[in-house]
Amino acid sequence: MADRNAFAQEAMQYAQSLYTTALRMTRNPADAQDLVQETYLKAYRSFATFDEGTNLRAWLFRILTNTFINNYRAKQRRPQESELKDVENLYLYHRLPELSQLSSSAEDQLMDMFAGSEVREALESLPESFLMPVLLSDVEQFSYKEIAEILDIPIGTVMSRLHRGRKALQQALYEYAMNRHLVSQQALAEIAPPTSTSTT
Amino acid sequence: MADCDETIKELERFLDSELATEKLEHLTTHIDGCIDCQQTFEFHSELRQIVRQAVKHEPLPDSLVDRIKECFGTDLSDESDLR
Repeated sequence: MADRNAFAQEAMQYAQSLYTTALRMTRNPADAQDLVQETYLKAYRSFATFDEGTNLRAWLFRILTNTFINNYRAKQRRPQESELKDVENLYLYHRLPELSQLSSSAEDQLMDMFAGSEVREALESLPESFLMPVLLSDVEQFSYKEIAEILDIPIGTVMSRLHRGRKALQQALYEYAMNRHLVSQQALAEIAPPTSTSTT
Repeated sequence: MADCDETIKELERFLDSELATEKLEHLTTHIDGCIDCQQTFEFHSELRQIVRQAVKHEPLPDSLVDRIKECFGTDLSDESDLR
């Protein structure tokens, strides 16, 4: 890249992606903003070492994830990979008929079945080793090769973590949907108790 | 032609656009004629969109934009002054 101004301009367009990724990793806006600022500061400082042929977006994400691991990870309490039970493939898809029965309208789309806030919580419940590949692939649409470079792991590991991470995400989404249904049933029961018992 | 098992096995790599052209064509021929596989692929593709939208939903705070611009501005000239 010719000069620092051009670099700054080009780097700036990835701020939104870096911030939303940082939010899911740190789980709070203050840390996410600090993390993104640190990422840009480091990127700007090591601009001289940036190889012109390198993918700038992937390079920034690499700095972001490294900075997170070094400075913020200690604050996180996430489940370990070993704490997750492995579930079968197509976990959510196979439970779709069950979930459809819970929704109020038969016309309900998948979109209406899962609230954005539940999807964000489900992501945040993933072990970090699964969360990062899932964010980089499903959200940022990086290739396996790019994810391998960003996270500094072999491509085979990227694929297996994506596979297990996606299954764990589906399992969490399913549990949210089921719990929400149970809670709404309870709330309904409280508002309108069974009429047969009222004698007054 | 590919069968359902083979197609579902490649579902993730297919949706991740990581399949070689030849394999992709091989699977697409099957999917085009198989409603079950079409539905499975559509579901997972839609699920990804939901995940993407849920994450992308948060706007970039103006204050953060200012902080990033500060990184670009002052810092290095300060360092070069020190040299």
